[in-house]
Amino acid sequence: MIEKITNLLKKQIVAILLAILCGFIVAAIILSVAGYNPMEAFSALFRGIYSKPKYIANTIIKSTPIILTGLSVAFAFKTGLFNMGAEGQYIMGTIASVTVGVLFDFPPVIQIPLILLAGMVAGALYGAIVGLLKAYFGIHEVITSIMLNWIALYFNNFVVNLKALHKDNTTGTYPINDSGFIVFFDQMKRTKEGQASLKESPFWGEIILRTDFNAGIIFAIIAVILVMLLLKYTSKGYQLKAVGLNMDAAEFAGIPVKKNILQSMLIAGAISGLAGALVITGMSPHKLSILPAFENYGWNGVSVALIAGNSPLGCLFAGLLFGGFLYGGQTVQSEVGAPSEIINIMLGTIVFFVALSKVVVILSEKLEKRGKKHGK
Amino acid sequence: MEICKDYAVQMRGITKQFGTFTALNHVDIDIKKGTIHAVLGENGAGKSTLMNVLYGLYQAEEGEVYLYGEKVNIKNPNVAISHGIGMVHQHFMLVDNFTVLQNIILGKEVTNPFGVIREKEARKKIEEIVQKYGLEVDPDAYVQDISVGMQQRIEILKALYRGAEILILDEPTAVLTPQEIQDLIKIMHNLTESGKTIIIITHKLKEIKASAKSCTIIRKGEYVDTVDVSEVSEEDLATKMVGHAVKLVVDKEEAKPKDIIFEIDNLTVKDERGLPAVKNLSLKVRKGEIFGIAGIDGNGQKELVEAITCLTKSETGTIKINGEEIQNTSPANVIKHKVATIHEDRQKRGLVLDFTVKENMIIEKNNEAPFAKKGILNWKSIKAYTEQMIKDYDIRPEDCAEKQARGLSGGNQQKIIIAREISGDPDLLIAVQPTRGLDVGAIEYVHKALVRERDSGKAVLLISLELDEVMNVADTIGVIYDGSITKTFKQGEVNENTIGYLMAGGTDDRENH
Amino acid sequence: MRKTVAIFLVGAMMAMTFAGCGNSSSNGTSSGSGDTTAVTEAKNEEGGEQTNVGAVSKICTITDTGGINDQSFNQSVWEGLQQVSKDTGVEVSYLESKQTSEFITNMDKMIDAGNQLIWGNGYTVADATLEAAQLNLDVTFGVIDFAFSEAPENVFGVTFRAQESSFLAGYVAGRTTTTDHVGFVGGQKSDTIDAFEWGYKAGVAYAGKELGKEIQVDSQYAETFADSAKGKAIANKMYNSGADVIFHAAGGTGLGVIEAAKEANKWVIGVDRDQAYLAPDNVLTSAMKNVNVAVIDLSTKMFNGEQIGGQNYEYGLADGSVGLAEGHDNIDDKVYEDTMKLQEELKAGNITAPANEEEYNSYVSSL
Repeated sequence: MIEKITNLLKKQIVAILLAILCGFIVAAIILSVAGYNPMEAFSALFRGIYSKPKYIANTIIKSTPIILTGLSVAFAFKTGLFNMGAEGQYIMGTIASVTVGVLFDFPPVIQIPLILLAGMVAGALYGAIVGLLKAYFGIHEVITSIMLNWIALYFNNFVVNLKALHKDNTTGTYPINDSGFIVFFDQMKRTKEGQASLKESPFWGEIILRTDFNAGIIFAIIAVILVMLLLKYTSKGYQLKAVGLNMDAAEFAGIPVKKNILQSMLIAGAISGLAGALVITGMSPHKLSILPAFENYGWNGVSVALIAGNSPLGCLFAGLLFGGFLYGGQTVQSEVGAPSEIINIMLGTIVFFVALSKVVVILSEKLEKRGKKHGK
Repeated sequence: MEICKDYAVQMRGITKQFGTFTALNHVDIDIKKGTIHAVLGENGAGKSTLMNVLYGLYQAEEGEVYLYGEKVNIKNPNVAISHGIGMVHQHFMLVDNFTVLQNIILGKEVTNPFGVIREKEARKKIEEIVQKYGLEVDPDAYVQDISVGMQQRIEILKALYRGAEILILDEPTAVLTPQEIQDLIKIMHNLTESGKTIIIITHKLKEIKASAKSCTIIRKGEYVDTVDVSEVSEEDLATKMVGHAVKLVVDKEEAKPKDIIFEIDNLTVKDERGLPAVKNLSLKVRKGEIFGIAGIDGNGQKELVEAITCLTKSETGTIKINGEEIQNTSPANVIKHKVATIHEDRQKRGLVLDFTVKENMIIEKNNEAPFAKKGILNWKSIKAYTEQMIKDYDIRPEDCAEKQARGLSGGNQQKIIIAREISGDPDLLIAVQPTRGLDVGAIEYVHKALVRERDSGKAVLLISLELDEVMNVADTIGVIYDGSITKTFKQGEVNENTIGYLMAGGTDDRENH
Repeated sequence: MRKTVAIFLVGAMMAMTFAGCGNSSSNGTSSGSGDTTAVTEAKNEEGGEQTNVGAVSKICTITDTGGINDQSFNQSVWEGLQQVSKDTGVEVSYLESKQTSEFITNMDKMIDAGNQLIWGNGYTVADATLEAAQLNLDVTFGVIDFAFSEAPENVFGVTFRAQESSFLAGYVAGRTTTTDHVGFVGGQKSDTIDAFEWGYKAGVAYAGKELGKEIQVDSQYAETFADSAKGKAIANKMYNSGADVIFHAAGGTGLGVIEAAKEANKWVIGVDRDQAYLAPDNVLTSAMKNVNVAVIDLSTKMFNGEQIGGQNYEYGLADGSVGLAEGHDNIDDKVYEDTMKLQEELKAGNITAPANEEEYNSYVSSL
């Protein structure tokens, strides 16, 4: 019996589920202390995620960028790098996407790939700075990537004020041209007739009319699959992993270590940049605004990667979970009146306990030992 | 045997488990006071685990420990020290930029009421111990400046300074020169004469014969036997340790050297501190011969290997394989020129421990057919190849292809590397300390593999700190001292003492006497 | 941040929860911090007898990324709504937006929750509002600080004649300066901030005319509303070059201006709210923008069954939506008296404060 329990505890997924449970318990305590009914709050949370098709759609929309930033962090980690710069790479992705999306107006078949590519290239180059400094000058990537996040933030604010992009009387740029939108049935939504015909299907009508339901999630899933394939089935992925796990052995075996570090950051940056491009093309307001602080797309990605145990596929689910809580958390605020910080505390607790999941393994070993002693 | 106060240590029914793995299964040992007692076993047999239980580093699930007939409960090393047990680990735990004296008193400083260290008092106490046991050291030298043998003495002194009566030495000779080994054995005898008890953990039969009185053999976590060393031969001990008869001398035919294939000319290499470590070194290796480099650690061997494999820069000179210069290119280029290397640090340079065995098999060929085509890995062929290698090279466990290399024993890890390097059909095989940390059975295997390569017409460059190994395996022996090959001999031309003398920097006048 | 603080004051609250155990949670107002917890049902107990007979029973606001406790219009709107709730008994609530992409989803949530009037705070929310309004003709949407060029049936914009309060602020500055040199620090250049700048300059010019002297006005933009360090640097430069009064219309950047005033011990004029508490000895006065007045006015109108969508509203001195802060300890009594007189002139329409450079130029030439 005890053996069964301990074996169960050793599984990572169990540890993560336990962590989520702990997050709820802590949130429940704080909610009740602050004078709110936790059951009501949690039911509002889940209703806010699942009760309507459009909520599910919104959860998916909200999750898309953090699945990707999470994937970026997880990928870098698999190759031995701590990419704390997903935030900056994301911002650079949004900047490049908006620049391209505003200045050019090609037909969608060209415009959309062009914007996505621009975002990915910008993110990749930004990530490459980190890789370059790490590979050739030995500067730790955590330091450089965090510094670069701030540079990206201020660069964003600089770009917003550029004549060519800035929209007068706003704190933002022009939105990108419609041809760059990846929102489903975007054109149809704008006409009365289109709206009418969309309303005929209550399910899809609601999703499409009431949300920014867009193709982003498809790109995110493709990215997850590509990263999985890259890591598992290609020589490049093999080399990246080898460098990440044992740089000395990789070097000795003739694998170019520096080049691989650089490539790893290029790819990680491109993934974060893609997240930025998808937010710009897929979600209103389709533009840059002055950022007084980080919007946390990248930092949430770090949490997502942590919850996912750095598994690319895990990022997909962890991203959906995280996005769901972020989105559903708003319902807690509007319906129960609890401050949305409660949700942040809950998410923080979950991440904290996931990080502590090693403790669960140790505890389970202790339990195992005790079980044996009792058994004899 | 009964529990009796004549015995310094008696352990009964010790059982230790790591997860589901049983490292020790009801092991007994009796160590008589004032003797040198050897604990013999292959790597992973459990001999170190047993001693770590005694020293309080591990807690046994079952079993009792008696010291001088009294039952004790050693919860941690502090308890062990308070019972007069001292341990010298294989890897020394010294602070490099402290003096010898500071290292000895570290953690056991005698201070005046203001917290200032009473150095004089400590110095006096250390000098007493030094004189009593002939452990000559310079108390004011910095650890970073003294030899490995000296460092070991400091470790012994440290234990004695803390009042050790029972001294555990873990693989004490692994890093020593022949001369230093002699000195150590002398010191051990001095210690036992004044009533100390010494336990040595080792798998070196020769040293057991030379020093120990009795010997307990452990195999796969089970107690095998305790013997009086004077009554058994080395072969007997080896058989008991391995479980079947082994050959200690390398069985090989006369070498048939052919053309020179590998040539180093006038090579100079700097070490990490920027000082020349390899100085104008030249050597030639022919097809069909094993060229062995004998030398004491720190005479440029490491830098030589790094220069050949292009991990470090060569200042001057050339390194040629098949007539092509390869110095200052890249590791990948060296591999391309059919130079295979078994690195001395298999866990750092040889393997990616977190990779599976099958992944480790292709680390140098991860983008080559048949393992990869246009950058896409073919796991099917990698698996098939790995399984063939596991079979050919007897890597255990047999189903390890999908398992992490980390989980394998040292010997089997080395077999992975050997399989990988040899299967690439190299023109030159460089083996650096290929048997380090391996047990007798595995050593025999490695040596046979090297000879087999030689016999198939390859050149082998063997670099080892074990003089015995070089003497036994190499056809040509070069002595390296202070970054240069000082003298080259054919196998059998001179004896161990001459080479040992040259290794220590002696000039070759002596042999002419 | 009061809310966050409230959460972390768990210890104190714990005691309260235990004390009030058994009571249901809805009336858990934490004393001291007043409005902190009354987020959803601001239906106060005394007002229980009031019955919901109005044309609207649920009103809400969606903040911009500044959050509900921004010490600025988000907070002011919410205070207005709470007052509306007290007066009429409608249910009020808010939803904070943390990212600009949340405007749309938050609108959607609030529509689902059955709100009939939704206040969007700030012009950043305008696009999202139009989008939501198009799909929800039965809900009315108002946007603060934005005038629609063509407001749909169910949408209205609210702007404030900041030039009027700025004119008064400029007059006070002109009368107070001893160096004949004052300054203006703007956040980001836009029509809204233009009104502050040119109204202020006109007020200074008016005072200069009265006193018969030329008063220099330095004007600089920080290009951000969120960088107090930059605001401080700009203000320091102005004070060092001789200005002794600075008016800021720069949000968070302005906090740096006030800090600089404190350190240099010079005058500063606050904006939007009475900022005297930030530097009681240095804040001369504040050009107030009482967003809550407009919120209460329009919400009540709708409650009473008026159709309020389809147009833009402009609020100003006359209705008390803008003006100077009440406290005037730092202003010379005579100056204050004259300022109040000037205010009446403005209210009466005898003087029209200019809201942009063009109007300013024609105003100055008419002086």
